Amino acid sequence: MGSLTKADMAERLNEELGLNKREAKDMVESFFEEIRTSLASNEQVKLSGFGNFDLRDKRQRPGRNPKTGEEVPISARRVVTFRPGQKLKDRVEAYADNGGEL
Amino acid sequence: MTKSELIERLVDRHEQLSVKDVELAVKTMLDQMTEALSHGDRIEIRGFGSFSLHYRAPRVGRNPKTGASVSLTAKYVPHFKPGKELREQVNDSLLRD
Repeated sequence: MGSLTKADMAERLNEELGLNKREAKDMVESFFEEIRTSLASNEQVKLSGFGNFDLRDKRQRPGRNPKTGEEVPISARRVVTFRPGQKLKDRVEAYADNGGEL
Repeated sequence: MTKSELIERLVDRHEQLSVKDVELAVKTMLDQMTEALSHGDRIEIRGFGSFSLHYRAPRVGRNPKTGASVSLTAKYVPHFKPGKELREQVNDSLLRD
């Protein structure tokens, strides 16, 4: 069980699409950068088939310092959530059906 | 931002590439990510975040219409954990509003 990285993705763009190594690396970088920029401008990202990156505003809520037990409020914040698309969900479930360790 | 808007933005940033190249590149990247997860691999993108699979135990569900119980098998669902940089940038946008 491995881990897919930006380097693996650039390598495939180089090998399969023939982008040169510099272009391939820049493409992968700018792909994630554009998604991040969009989310940082409070703009949802919808990649059909793969999934949606949504933004949620959370209100301040009470929390606790786990070490001291002291009550510390958790401040209001904006968070990213990912909702996988149907195609991705189906593909991942198929993994479980085909010998994923369950 | 939709996939086609993402493609437009990438086209603007990669003037040496054709629209077709960029479309194919985006498709290839998303396919590769889907493939990785469907093989049980993780995806780790520094500064952006990581994708992994979360296990869902088998459970007894109900048909909401009839109330009949249905046994649902164990499954995996994709999960995304935003990286520090993304988390901070998104939260900073709240402070700017």
